[in-house]
Amino acid sequence: MNVQSPNSFRNGPDEEGQFGIFGGRFVAETLMPNILELDEAYAKAKKDPEFLSELEYLNKHYTGRPSPIYFAERLTEHLGGAKVYFKRDELNHTGSHKINNCLGQILLAKRMGKTRIIAETGAGQHGVASATVAARFGYPCMVYMGAKDVHRQSPNVFRMKLLGAEIESVTAGAGTLKDAMNEALRDWVTNVEDTYYLIGTAAGPHPYPELVRDFQSVIGKECREQIQEAEGRLPDMLVASVGGGSNAIGLFHPFLDDESVQIVGVEAGGKGLEGDEHCASLTAGRPGVLHGNRTYLLQDAEGQIEEGASISAGLDYPGIGPEHSWLKDTGRVDYVPIMDTEALEAFQLLCRLEGIIPALEPSHALAEVVKRAPTMDKDQIIVMNLCGRGDKDVHTVAEALGIKV
Amino acid sequence: MTQRMTNRFAKLAEENRPAFVTYFMGGDPDFKTSVEIMKGLPKAGADVIELGMPFSDPMADGPSIQAAGLRALKQGQNLPRTFDMVRAFREDDDETPIVLMGYYNPIYQYGSEKFLDDAKEAGVDGMIIVDLPPEMDEELCIPALSRDLNFIRLATPTTDEKRLPKVLSNTSGFLYYVSINGITGAAAPKPDEVAKSVAHIKAKTDIPICVGFGVRSAEQAAAIGRAADGVVVGSAIVSTVANSLKDNKPTKNTVSSTLELVASIAEGVRTARH
Ligand SMILES: Cc1ncc(COP(=O)(O)O)c(C=O)c1O
Repeated sequence: MNVQSPNSFRNGPDEEGQFGIFGGRFVAETLMPNILELDEAYAKAKKDPEFLSELEYLNKHYTGRPSPIYFAERLTEHLGGAKVYFKRDELNHTGSHKINNCLGQILLAKRMGKTRIIAETGAGQHGVASATVAARFGYPCMVYMGAKDVHRQSPNVFRMKLLGAEIESVTAGAGTLKDAMNEALRDWVTNVEDTYYLIGTAAGPHPYPELVRDFQSVIGKECREQIQEAEGRLPDMLVASVGGGSNAIGLFHPFLDDESVQIVGVEAGGKGLEGDEHCASLTAGRPGVLHGNRTYLLQDAEGQIEEGASISAGLDYPGIGPEHSWLKDTGRVDYVPIMDTEALEAFQLLCRLEGIIPALEPSHALAEVVKRAPTMDKDQIIVMNLCGRGDKDVHTVAEALGIKV
Repeated sequence: MTQRMTNRFAKLAEENRPAFVTYFMGGDPDFKTSVEIMKGLPKAGADVIELGMPFSDPMADGPSIQAAGLRALKQGQNLPRTFDMVRAFREDDDETPIVLMGYYNPIYQYGSEKFLDDAKEAGVDGMIIVDLPPEMDEELCIPALSRDLNFIRLATPTTDEKRLPKVLSNTSGFLYYVSINGITGAAAPKPDEVAKSVAHIKAKTDIPICVGFGVRSAEQAAAIGRAADGVVVGSAIVSTVANSLKDNKPTKNTVSSTLELVASIAEGVRTARH
């Protein structure tokens, strides 16, 4: 599908909450008044200096922003091509980019007078970030997590409990992120009056894709300034992993109208695209409607949603944020799959060359950098979003490598 | 409204009784058994039939209907078979209105226009698509109305004064008032509150208002039927099917126990205004 290139890639969504044909508000009527209320609340908040300065204060003093960019000298040398920089959102409080979004949304929940927070989580990073802001602002918090993910991301489950959140292990389907999201939506429909649904990625019904993107765009905005300062120019390439797409859109969005910047999103290729054990919704899926938005989905010929598979719980989702679907169809961003095995290798490479243990999600982005950097000139620049740290993944990696810890 | 729907509600008004609207899942526990159930519904007292179309990710449904959908999908239920069920039913009944109920993605993949044409041809009267609110009317609602198919909308306790006109716009056949905030099969509604809400909506529209979600017994159905133009029962029927199965396969009781439950609730609906 190819659509005409717009004047700007940064104007979406439109009035209906759509990016081209993607996005929208495909939800049960029970939720509509709430979603419209959120839309209104956000439209006001984003123009309110008080809201913005409170968020900026928390970003700085609670999360530790700005996160640095870091020139990965030994990795660059090893790859022998383009200079590789990392945007180090893994240094944030709670260990990933998820906190950027959670702080923005908890402030919205407060403004809307909600008294209870629910969230879905895959890797547990969004669950931890949600539990964190709920603790900080004094809200009860319920986190829905697929049973399979509860098992493979157990360190995060305990962190959430320490932070006072309740965890509901979801056994429906494959017990991963999609099923957790279904269950969170069912909770929301039931408790719509007092509950705020803190969605963890740039997907779901409008206005979530827009507001999550805006809260995550702090990554790209900082990065623009930092790379100009370090190199006196914009990078040649941006690379980020895409699960639902929030860390990626956060890095990409401020650069979308800079033609000289090539942009690459990396999906979970799992065990390969030939079978059904992958999560490459953009590369191998078709447009469909799920979880409130129209977007690329893994589905069978009759529109039943398929379970994805990835070594990375955070990328294990059969959908993708609608703005990415649009950026794919317009051709502005390239989306490519990376296999489990490639991500595992990249994970180990970074540990040894740079002394950084990355999460498995950005390890996918790194594997793409490992492929691309050597084909580029030495004076070219890649910035990759190192959006999470790997503490939560050490058990999964050990298991994959056949090591007992 | 389609002729069948208009005639049915006119007849019920004449008899001064509320409609009994029965939901069941197409293809559960298998195609053949669910056709038998469907064919038996009018005699057991159903006035309008809601035929469930299974979806892998039913975000507004509770455990009973989720499980029924998965059983049906495992048996190969899909849209062509849904239409086959309607055709089989129409062989002996051309009066009972049939409303398809489900989620949008399978329809979107089938092709919205083709879905509507095939539904019309098979003898369908309307549809309830849970994840298509009025904001998304261009997708299916407008093309459905242009084919004289009913697009039945849901109103809920969250539908306030401001929202109601939007919900009533383009709705036809009947309005489905969801009596609780929640998923199917959840808590029972309070008849007094339902009566108040129904009266409130009735002041704004002439189309019939049917009430559902959480109605499980003849007594509840009677209480709801006092204020509403119709009572919808779903999870109770779907659970009865499930309870009759052995290893997910139908037994000789599956059709009979399901229709007996329908008949007993129908009794409650019929006595609502006595
Ligand atoms: C570190 C990290 N990166 C990426 C993701 C994927 O989400 P998104 O695509 O929204 O950034 C997750 C999700 O859990 C994560 O924990």
